[in-house]
Amino acid sequence: MDFRPKITVERYYLYYGDFCALRDVNIQIPAGQITAIIGPSGCGKSTLLRTFNRMNDLIPNVRVEGKVEIDGADIFSADVVELRRRVGMVFQRPNPFPMSIYDNVAYGPRAHGVRNRAKLDEIVERSLRDAVLWDEVKDTLNKSALALSGGQQQRLCIARALSVQPEVLLLDEPASALDPISTFKIEELLRELKKHLTIVIVTHNMQQAARVSDYTAMMMLTSEEERSGTVIEFDRTVTIFTNPRDPRTEDYVTGRFG
Amino acid sequence: MPRKVLDQELHRLKTEVLVLGVMVERSLLDSVEALQKRDLQKAQRVLELDRKVNAHRFALQNDTIVLIATQQPMARDLRLLASILEIASELERMGDYAKGIARITLRLGDRPLAWWPIDIPVMASKAADMLHRTLSAFMSEDAAVARAIPQEDDEVDAFYVRVYRGLITWIVQDPSVVEQANWYLWAAHNIERFADRVTNLCERIVFIATGEIQELDVYESPVCIESPAQNASAGE
Repeated sequence: MDFRPKITVERYYLYYGDFCALRDVNIQIPAGQITAIIGPSGCGKSTLLRTFNRMNDLIPNVRVEGKVEIDGADIFSADVVELRRRVGMVFQRPNPFPMSIYDNVAYGPRAHGVRNRAKLDEIVERSLRDAVLWDEVKDTLNKSALALSGGQQQRLCIARALSVQPEVLLLDEPASALDPISTFKIEELLRELKKHLTIVIVTHNMQQAARVSDYTAMMMLTSEEERSGTVIEFDRTVTIFTNPRDPRTEDYVTGRFG
Repeated sequence: MPRKVLDQELHRLKTEVLVLGVMVERSLLDSVEALQKRDLQKAQRVLELDRKVNAHRFALQNDTIVLIATQQPMARDLRLLASILEIASELERMGDYAKGIARITLRLGDRPLAWWPIDIPVMASKAADMLHRTLSAFMSEDAAVARAIPQEDDEVDAFYVRVYRGLITWIVQDPSVVEQANWYLWAAHNIERFADRVTNLCERIVFIATGEIQELDVYESPVCIESPAQNASAGE
């Protein structure tokens, strides 16, 4: 497997006011692979993930330093609407809009100016098929998305993210609110999707990271005084879970941390 | 956040490996002593001990699988448990070599024997001592000790060659002892194979400690014995 970086992060710092939440983060996210970000609560996993589509811009007093590039282009000077089309995101709790299944998936393309009904139909079907939800909802596209089960809602959110044909999909604990069967379905789905996408997943569930990802980034606080998050080890997932280099990673993956 | 249940179980399973190893070590020494002293009762006890070894091995492997299923071990813990599964099988096979020697004793019965190759018990002590120190290295997960022990296998191989040559000389002098000599050679061969498997155990210890899978017998055991025909014609 050749390693081609999709996202490059170098000497990246993120501050909330005076507080340094991410300190000296250096990582390359490989294209066409699934990268898991693991680490204890409050170590900045989600903050790092939200960097990649500039969701942190929405928080007041946030300031960043350092380099974050996608395909070699600086994301902070990019058009943020276009960036978020290229870099989709799925959250911990399924958050379908209070509208029909169809309208949920068509929302993004419509926002980007697609008006043609046939074109929208095609996008909705393709996105739902890619999210392995089509067969379950094809006869009820006009029903409210809120009537779906939790697992279906989460796959709908993935379909919604896919509808604008992103290059990167960010997932923040996408299965933590789901039952095991729905969780396995999402994991299967991610393995399918990586054929066309670069996937970054934040998870507390180490078994999930081990099952689903190709590469794993281990994050940790720099020190009790600083309490800044940083990436302490990045490697192939098999290495992280069988023979990590950093003793802190070993402590974390064997469950002896803290 | 210490993992009390996992840590307790890991320690218990390591101790069970040690118990299994000590049983196997005892079996080898007893089987050779029974052979030397024509002690048929002792040979019987080795067969009984082998049944205990087998049962212990299955219980150990079962407990290991249960721990993997219930505690989801990772990294070094996972390497340890995967290695215990393999070490348990190796030790059981090593026990079978001792059982083989006990069977030879029972087959030979209490007939008086004309000659006893003194290198056989020396060879068995050496092999048992290698196992003993390997078990210590397993308990302390000491890769350096585990890497050093397989180098001593040459000594066991050298003893085997000496036993072989001695037996050939004996047969040439008195062809009527060929059957007895053949059984002795089998016993020596079992000890030689027993020592070879110590190397496999050492490889697992290196893996537990470092995560590296490394062959420790860099070259094949130099048991280069000429064919009996060649020996006989050379007049040994």
